[in-house]
Amino acid sequence: MVCDNCGEREAAIHLTQIVNNSVTTLHLCEQCAAEKGVETGASVAKFPLGDFLASLGKTGGGEQAEALPGVACPFCGGTLKDFRETGRLGCAVCYTTFEPHLRDLLRRLHGSSKHAGETYTGAPAPPAAAASAEAGTPEVGELRQQLRRAVEAENFELAAQLRDKLKVLE
Amino acid sequence: MIDLALIPDGGLSWLDASGPVSNIVLSTRVRLARNLVGFPFAVRGNEEDRRRVLEQVDRVWQHAALSRGGMRFLVDDLEPADRLLLHERHLISKELASGAGHGGGRSHAAVYLAGPLGIMVNEEDHLRLQVFHSGFALGAAYADLERLDRALGAALPVAFHQEFGYLTACPTNAGTGLRASVLIHLPGLVLTKEIAKVLQGLSQVGLTFRGLYGEGSEVVGNFFQLSNQTTLGKSEEELLDHLGKIVRQVVTYEEQARQVLLRDAPTIIEDKVWRAYALLRYARSLSFEEAMNLLSGVRLGVGLNLIPQLSVYTLNKLLIYTQPAHLAALDVRAPKDQEQRAARAAYVRQVLEDEAARAG
Repeated sequence: MVCDNCGEREAAIHLTQIVNNSVTTLHLCEQCAAEKGVETGASVAKFPLGDFLASLGKTGGGEQAEALPGVACPFCGGTLKDFRETGRLGCAVCYTTFEPHLRDLLRRLHGSSKHAGETYTGAPAPPAAAASAEAGTPEVGELRQQLRRAVEAENFELAAQLRDKLKVLE
Repeated sequence: MIDLALIPDGGLSWLDASGPVSNIVLSTRVRLARNLVGFPFAVRGNEEDRRRVLEQVDRVWQHAALSRGGMRFLVDDLEPADRLLLHERHLISKELASGAGHGGGRSHAAVYLAGPLGIMVNEEDHLRLQVFHSGFALGAAYADLERLDRALGAALPVAFHQEFGYLTACPTNAGTGLRASVLIHLPGLVLTKEIAKVLQGLSQVGLTFRGLYGEGSEVVGNFFQLSNQTTLGKSEEELLDHLGKIVRQVVTYEEQARQVLLRDAPTIIEDKVWRAYALLRYARSLSFEEAMNLLSGVRLGVGLNLIPQLSVYTLNKLLIYTQPAHLAALDVRAPKDQEQRAARAAYVRQVLEDEAARAG
């Protein structure tokens, strides 16, 4: 079916509206839908968690997952295989340990991996955050140095946090 | 044995139908998923981890202004019947009610209740904060919940990632950790057969629908729970605003459908709602599903002013108190199915008779 709006691309979104008791259905391609401000869960609906987890074992990310059988979360000991089986992560550190996989998954699930909501500013900050808080807002250069030192010391959790901060600043 | 009757309002203050559009939107629920730094998520954690999580939350709760007049229950201490009762009030999850957590038995799970606010501890996530409001009240409900979140967050180290936001056991909740849902009654759209289109439309705008008891539950009595599907990439306000806009639209469709029914088939509708009322008023045996369907008909009648002198509060109360664990609580012995149906019919008759006497 062709898009009702541009008449060119394949329609992917079927918008049903009831106006004055009559039902109209509009067939739109993703681009025109986005232009018209029709928010879609299309990317969400296409990739439910179960399917994604199942696909981890087959193609694409799956090869990476297979290539990482020995990688276990340093905090809880959980692996991607555990996650694939249960659909649940073991701890907060898992998000850093399996960051590339999770970023990909979060994008597929939510259409984005970038949090846009409230920022946690709570009280008892973990050591890494406390250190940077004391130093005020460090310059990008300083953060880069900290990042290099963290990588050299193989403190990957801290390195990931620093990298995220850098991303925000840059 | 713990006396659940001590819970202020039974944790059911939303039943009073005081909120906006409460005839169509019964209640608004918002929840936030949060985890503490330094512990595995509750599913992977061992007994000691869960005990320490609970200890931390306990300490904060005791000193929180928001907890005043509230109560705390250890799920381990609750009789199975009482757990089911709390589940039927949507105050604890099915997993906690059945005692069969993902980790196979979940010790040190607890539920805290204070007014419209509640916290589940050691459910799938360490903390599930939730709030219930009467009617369609997303903004007010979230404002309450945000206060609770801030109070807890100021005192507890919460797992937060610069890019991914709040971290949760299931990635489907990560980011804001926010799931907002409205319990909505849509008999007009069901009777006019428009409902399939509306539900299909929901998934296209990033929303999802469920039955009365949330995830995996069947739709009975034309009651639907509409909620946001995604939790990451949009702010809390955007998520609530989007859900709110769509719900408002669905309410409008429902109202239009009801007017169409009244215009095109007034006799059929009037007959349907009065038959539903008559059955509830005089039946001697009612299954849960039948009671829900009849309550739906009567609720439609009240909404269309066809059945006067019956309050939405009474309808809400019947919805909750005709559930199995609630009937069992009225009738001390655990009744068999057949006895339960009779007990349900007797309870409904009594409530409607009292209401009619008051009105008469």
